[in-house]
Amino acid sequence: MTVTPDKSPTADFNPATLPPACSARPPPVVPGGATATNSRRNFLAAGGLLSVSSLMGAAALMTQSDDAKATVEWAEHFQGNYRLMTAAEKAETRARLERRYSAQYSKKVSVDTTEALPGVLMGYALNIRKCIGCRRCVNACVEENNQSRGKNPGERIEWIQVLKMERGGFAKEKMNEGYPEGLGIQVGGNAYTPAGQVLEGQYHYEPDLVPEKDATYMPIACMQCEKPPCVKVCPVRTTYREADGPVVIDYNWCIGCRMCMGACPYWARRINLTTPVLPKQEMNPVTHYLGNRPRMRGVVEKCHWCLQRTRQGRYPACVEVCPVGARKFGNLLDPQSEVSLILARKNVFRLKAELNTFPKFLYFYD
Amino acid sequence: MHKLINFTIDYILYVLKGGVKFYLWMGFLAVLSVGALYGFYLQNTEGLIVTGMTNQIHDGLYFANLVFLVGVAAGAVTIVFPAYVYHHKAMHEVTVLGEMLAISAVCMVMLFVFAHMGRPDRLWHMLPFVGIFNMPGSMLAWDVLALNGYLMLNFACGFYYLYAKYTGGHVNNKFFMPLVYTSIIWALSIHTVTAFLIASMPARPMWFHSMMPIRFITTAFAAGPCLIILAFMIIRKNTKFWIQDDAINVLSTIITWCLGLALFLTMSEIVVELYARTEHANGLYYLMFGLHGLTRLVPWFWSSLAFMIIAFVMFLIPSVRTNYKLLPFACVLAFVGIWIEKGMGLIVPGFIPTPIGEVTEYYPTLIEIAMTIGIWAMGLFIWSILLKGAIGILVHDLRYEGNVAGKSIDFPSSSGTAASASK
Repeated sequence: MTVTPDKSPTADFNPATLPPACSARPPPVVPGGATATNSRRNFLAAGGLLSVSSLMGAAALMTQSDDAKATVEWAEHFQGNYRLMTAAEKAETRARLERRYSAQYSKKVSVDTTEALPGVLMGYALNIRKCIGCRRCVNACVEENNQSRGKNPGERIEWIQVLKMERGGFAKEKMNEGYPEGLGIQVGGNAYTPAGQVLEGQYHYEPDLVPEKDATYMPIACMQCEKPPCVKVCPVRTTYREADGPVVIDYNWCIGCRMCMGACPYWARRINLTTPVLPKQEMNPVTHYLGNRPRMRGVVEKCHWCLQRTRQGRYPACVEVCPVGARKFGNLLDPQSEVSLILARKNVFRLKAELNTFPKFLYFYD
Repeated sequence: MHKLINFTIDYILYVLKGGVKFYLWMGFLAVLSVGALYGFYLQNTEGLIVTGMTNQIHDGLYFANLVFLVGVAAGAVTIVFPAYVYHHKAMHEVTVLGEMLAISAVCMVMLFVFAHMGRPDRLWHMLPFVGIFNMPGSMLAWDVLALNGYLMLNFACGFYYLYAKYTGGHVNNKFFMPLVYTSIIWALSIHTVTAFLIASMPARPMWFHSMMPIRFITTAFAAGPCLIILAFMIIRKNTKFWIQDDAINVLSTIITWCLGLALFLTMSEIVVELYARTEHANGLYYLMFGLHGLTRLVPWFWSSLAFMIIAFVMFLIPSVRTNYKLLPFACVLAFVGIWIEKGMGLIVPGFIPTPIGEVTEYYPTLIEIAMTIGIWAMGLFIWSILLKGAIGILVHDLRYEGNVAGKSIDFPSSSGTAASASK
């Protein structure tokens, strides 16, 4: 099968393709009862700067200043950690951000704050036999998730890498080579020739046609580990695992220390080296607070399994755009979901399983 | 209380006054610092894109210097330990100078933290009560605790001692000694925790080994005293404060063995990594020989190794070690060797290749270099002031109800103290 890579894929949403496990979800509600149990958090909030932030936010909203961006950004500086916010503070934060983004991108921008649904644990499975290396997922992800897309080095951020690897092979003419000469140490003549999946590969290839003859492909992205090393090293708990699985980042709380980037064994995290280059017309206005809302300079970002979509019962953009159906997504707790069936029936493996990170991003082959 | 106010005022007035040499030196440092401020401004308007850091190699010069300077700060304990545990008399007289070095080095570390961070404006997120401190999970949180604790301990020990000298009173050992012993253990902890910071990440195989803390400590206890010996030489030459040979000799003995151990550990790492030559050795291999044709760090590694070996041989020969004409050269060689080894030689290759096998190189930009030099200048500025004040008190130029201004004009050479102390 040969597909010409499309530089501007359209991530059209077709409701008919929704998986039963996803579409069957009830409409999202912000659980108001959750706040009652968080007495310690409320205490912290009351004792800390958060009360100041409420005042500032309220002031900013009431003044209706012409320079909405500047006023609201000022209030944002005093915003607390998202996970510790009360429902009221979250709503206020959301309103503030919607106002700033709408002004900034000259369109109606929504910032979703839908929480994790009970009984859902997101999982992902990728069929490495099917991947043809067209990199549509890479581009669809960039467009969906408002990544920086500048031309200069460091201004383009991609969360998915499709690693292209050479096909291996053993050569007859090398079979008798490699014996030690002088002080040498014996090495077989076919040593150092590739065979099978490794993590080293090209990911910026631009072929006319895919799949290429002598290549295999292995897409990677954030593995949404169950035991994420990045969460452990974060000094301010700005990155954490949500109840429904994805590891998310509160971009407004990140201090940009990049410890998480060092700790990630999958190179899944990116730092915004500069203010993201995101043209107004290309900006995706349907956002989630922990997901694809526009980021700022100096903070870390990564794949979050399109929370703005998946919490509304939709597939992630990469799953939707994949022309060969190599990407599967669903609820690991639902035994009838595609990922659960794959887990039960296929040969499944995790990447770098020896590191005990326990990814929920699984690879399989038919 | 009255004494404390007097101490503060006298101290400030004393360190502000000096000869031409002093003002020239401080002015020079101030000019360099302005470069750092400009770099900081650019980083916080344009972003980290003005540095050479990338998504592949996201810790560069700043982080490298940070790690190195934590070692220098910890190295101050090589004075405190012999003075208070072995009751070394000559060392005891100069302990406070070591503490001043520790304070300045920790200040530099903190400045480098500011330089390194993507959002220094959000540093308050780490403050207790208003922010969140990810204890006990985050090694960085532990490091922040360790460094701030060390700063406060050294400030307390150093300035309490100086205050006692200034007023002519006695040091209250019931209060002072526990602080000193705590600071000795704390010194070990700061570098250990900094080593854990990078050694606790299996994603970076080059750093992921348990040898890291001891290697950090041996290099720190070589680099720190090297800087102290250089400062002592300059102080002896330019002030009336005489540091005994005995103190310097103890320090050079410490350097000898720590440097030897550091070289031994480097050798162990090379043997273990390169014998099996797994993919986990790629970082070290890149550093030593280059990888995929990229060889930018190779000359740095070999020059660092050469510097350290030459310095070790020099320190090993007693007639060289005690020859105060040759000793400074050995110190400079060891200091520079370790700076390279800890900085470019440890931090940068940890990111090459990346966890997915991508090999890229790191090119620090001019802004980054200017900022690094500027932060060193700020640190030396602080150290110069601290040393000048401390020496003023130690030689009784500065004492309670003493005529400060008159004294410092009487001895213009003493005003050059701090000036040259840090060169």
